[in-house]
Amino acid sequence: MIRTLKALPTLLRIGVAETVAYRAEFLVWILTMTQPLIMLGLWTYVTRDGAFRGMTSEDFTAYYLANLIVRQLTGNWVAWQLMEDIRLGTMSMRLLRPIHPFYAYAASHVAAIPFRTVVALPLAIILLASSGAHALTHDPVQIAAFVPSLVLAWLITFAVMFALGSLAFFLTQTNALSEVYFALFQIFSGYMLPLAIMPRPIAVIADWLPFKYTLAVPLAILTTQLDGHELGALLARQGAWTAAMLVLAIGVWRLGVRRFEAVGG
Amino acid sequence: MIRARNLTKYFRVHRRPPGIGAAVKSLVHRHYETVKAVDGVSFTIERGERVGFLGPNGAGKTTTLKVLSGLLHPTGGEVDVDGFVPFRRPRELLGKITLVMGQKSQLIWDLPPAETYAMNRAIFDVPRDQFERTLKELTELLDLGALVDKPTRQLSLGERMKCELAAALLHRPTTLFLDEPTIGLDVAMQVAVRDFVREYNQRHHATVLLTSHYMDDVVALCPRIIVIDQGKLIHDGDLRQLIKTMDPHKRVSFTPTNHVADDELAKLGTLIGRDGQRITVRVTERELPAVVGHVLSSLHGADLAIEDPPLEDVLRAMFGKTGKGNAEAAS
Repeated sequence: MIRTLKALPTLLRIGVAETVAYRAEFLVWILTMTQPLIMLGLWTYVTRDGAFRGMTSEDFTAYYLANLIVRQLTGNWVAWQLMEDIRLGTMSMRLLRPIHPFYAYAASHVAAIPFRTVVALPLAIILLASSGAHALTHDPVQIAAFVPSLVLAWLITFAVMFALGSLAFFLTQTNALSEVYFALFQIFSGYMLPLAIMPRPIAVIADWLPFKYTLAVPLAILTTQLDGHELGALLARQGAWTAAMLVLAIGVWRLGVRRFEAVGG
Repeated sequence: MIRARNLTKYFRVHRRPPGIGAAVKSLVHRHYETVKAVDGVSFTIERGERVGFLGPNGAGKTTTLKVLSGLLHPTGGEVDVDGFVPFRRPRELLGKITLVMGQKSQLIWDLPPAETYAMNRAIFDVPRDQFERTLKELTELLDLGALVDKPTRQLSLGERMKCELAAALLHRPTTLFLDEPTIGLDVAMQVAVRDFVREYNQRHHATVLLTSHYMDDVVALCPRIIVIDQGKLIHDGDLRQLIKTMDPHKRVSFTPTNHVADDELAKLGTLIGRDGQRITVRVTERELPAVVGHVLSSLHGADLAIEDPPLEDVLRAMFGKTGKGNAEAAS
């Protein structure tokens, strides 16, 4: 672990260099993550004459802009990377290094975060400050709690995507599974619509799935008023999901790597 | 020390004939076969040995290297490298070994090799002064120069292989698994790499296990040869002994002063070829002194050379004899 930590600054630097190697592609990828802005436009129009299920235009503005920020900071493509590395055999070279691939992939994704926010984040902050600021929490405890909640959301997302990618050891191709995951994510995480305005059964199911804890929970901490008990419960459940997903990711990896065929060469 | 005991590695392979019909059929029903890539192989390699791994395509050479380096879990048998079980990939072992694969790159594709070197330094925890010393040495030897600052994807195969070797040796491993390490290199660079591997072996008392399609690599580097075919070990021993066992003849080449008729040459041995004035005949070891005497005294032969048969010929005869030249096992 100490050796991994010592290697971290170099891994982050290499991650930055890789991120900026293809500038145009990177920019296009960032733009594909701006769906919340489209939803914001739609809901601003719908609520121009009054609130919808208790949410005003300003509430929607705050929700979708915060949504955009959280998604930009927590989204990742490690499932696709893993699948390609396993399918093409390039995982071999990662396995020969004395660092677990989980940490190596994680470092390259962390390194990319500042660049991913470079386009959307300033825009979102300006819009939030100008039209949605009053819908954000002003409670310093909640603002402080947003940071660990964001870190946990990142960890859950990364662990789930790592587990999905590791399924390539068994299935070779996992793109379809990733599509299924993303479809469920859009519904149950609150990415497409706030869970508060979703039909009751969906909100109940969402409580028992991990998706909510990757997006809706940090959003709730940032955009609603919670008491200490509610905040603590949300963070505790998010922590439990993080632990469960990390165990899942490492478990699928361990089972899968035994089947690695190291094709090519 | 490397030890393999009754090592096996089987793959389950999906087979289907070409064509749309077969493709559609394979959606519903798939035909699988078990391919025995490595089938009960045993050997021991002591620290500091240089061993050549030979066999036809698909014999199981690369699969064995992948098992030894921990990439593949064996189906059966036991294997240990320096006291470690490779497929568990303990850090201590990974810091001591390296695997160079001519067909696979460890260099970061979109960045210059210098970035991979920096990453390996950090991951393998190589002290900075040792890293700089080793890199300087490798840069000079492999003539890397400005290559290390050029994006990997823009390097030629030969350039990439040179950078690949440097990346693989920066942490000074004591066990080298080299799978086609000279692929794509020009002749001069092949020689330089061979010299380097030999020197590295001697200086660090490193164990070298090499596969190569260039027999010159094997002859120049490896006193010991392991021959594997269809996943089974069929020879393990001294290179010269292998040649002697398979073909106990010598090749005598010379340039006679005057023309020599074929029937006169037939008395010496089997005529292998004439290349301009130069003649090569195949003779038994027992008849060698008499043949050499005759060539020098009666035929006034100049530039006399006595050589073992080329390893390629020996192996061709070997795999031909066992009828296993077209092994189907995955490598």
